[in-house]
Amino acid sequence: MDLDRPNLEEYLTTDSIHKPHEKLRLCDLLDISPALTEAVGAIVDDSFTRCFKSNPPEPWNWNIYLFPLWCFGVVVRYGILFPIRVLVLTLGWIIFLSTFIPVHCLLKGNDKLRKKMEVFVANHTSMIDFIILEQMTAFAVIMQKHPGWVGLLQSTILESVGCIWFNRTEAKDREIVARKLREHVLGLDNNPLLIFPEGTCVNNQYSVMFKKGAFELGCTVCPIAIKYNKIFVDAFWNSRKQSFTMHLLRLMTSWAVVCDVWYLEPQNLKPGETPIQFAERVREVISVRAGLRMVPWDGYLKYSRPSPKHTQLKQQIFAESVLRRLDEK
Amino acid sequence: MGNTSSMLTQYDIEEVQEHCNETFSQQEIVSLYKRFCQLDRSGGGFISSDEFLSVPEFAVNPLSQRLLRMLDGLNFKEFVAFLSTFSSCATLQQKIEFIFKVYDLDFNGKVTFNHMLDVLRDLTGSYISEQQRQQVLTHVLDEAGYAKESSLVLADFIKILGSSGLKMEVEVPVD
Repeated sequence: MDLDRPNLEEYLTTDSIHKPHEKLRLCDLLDISPALTEAVGAIVDDSFTRCFKSNPPEPWNWNIYLFPLWCFGVVVRYGILFPIRVLVLTLGWIIFLSTFIPVHCLLKGNDKLRKKMEVFVANHTSMIDFIILEQMTAFAVIMQKHPGWVGLLQSTILESVGCIWFNRTEAKDREIVARKLREHVLGLDNNPLLIFPEGTCVNNQYSVMFKKGAFELGCTVCPIAIKYNKIFVDAFWNSRKQSFTMHLLRLMTSWAVVCDVWYLEPQNLKPGETPIQFAERVREVISVRAGLRMVPWDGYLKYSRPSPKHTQLKQQIFAESVLRRLDEK
Repeated sequence: MGNTSSMLTQYDIEEVQEHCNETFSQQEIVSLYKRFCQLDRSGGGFISSDEFLSVPEFAVNPLSQRLLRMLDGLNFKEFVAFLSTFSSCATLQQKIEFIFKVYDLDFNGKVTFNHMLDVLRDLTGSYISEQQRQQVLTHVLDEAGYAKESSLVLADFIKILGSSGLKMEVEVPVD
């Protein structure tokens, strides 16, 4: 698998003006082609948008022999598999709710796994990541507050597992979450904490910047790598394009969701390492295992604009090269 | 076949190809169309400034605001024509004309000292003082034989940039 090393410079330098020992000429100042090429290159294709692109399935049924087979598949998937899954899900819910409602105030986590202070971090593709990992133990998770029935589920049932909600757009939520996180980790009978430090769903081919929150808690970090096999269905939840209900429907009408989960070696902050470097190190561990390409972008850029300091860095590089060459007389 | 995102007919593709003087192949146009639709989130048939700025690599470019004035409200055909300058098939002359247009934002065919200063300001920000910027520009103009008051026309740009080994190519990813 070809894995790119993260290289922030690759994305941030402007110039091919690195012929330093030449005198500055008019054509050097007027030649804005490097910046233009870069801007237009980004319009045509960019690494950030690629992180959130759902890949359309390869059509394979356009052939007189395969088409009937495909039709048969549709009947099986929608007519048999889907109803069975809905039935199992409903039954599961009925059984769960009928026992949950009477006893949910007594519900306490299973702390067999909880011998020491640790948090689990995983890459994030869809909300079903959480469901998959929940099979191992009752993780408490940090999640964006969702609207609709998902939100209802969050505030009633998942609350009792110790999950923490926040709203991305509210700045003051961040402090509250940071405080709750710290409290949660310290409370020894709490459920193990699971964090998706990317903060947003990525299409399982790339990994975006890890938020440093999980790496500042001063406890052991256990990385989990999740890789979906796209053979039957693309598990990426593109929240801009479809609601979670539609996403779930798509997954439930497919043949199967195939996924590999790796629990990787726990990592600790090394002496002299900043939380950000630590986060990058863990991201690398996960990305290598799951075969993801690392890009230097913050996933929240989906909701906001990049800070002007990146532009300033480019300006600084250009300005310095101009001044240096001006002195070269 | 079975390609959902290509709603371009063969006729459309040929028309767009003709509009950009055949600088892009048909696959490249299909691929650009997919990209266009991806960026045009509101589905209005053009890409708004806000939609362009949602591409971080574009947003951090010092010339992005200037380019947005050229890109604003382009439909797909015009969008392809805009990009065609960056094709490897475009001539050096076309590329220089494009650069000239970036400087000459009021489209009167002349680039004055202030135009050049504006672009230099975009590129260097606060890392060079305004006064120093003027000095640098006056100095290099003077060395090239232009007075500060003179304005440059396209022919001057071709003369200045024509021999500088200008490379301005963007590859369209084709899958």
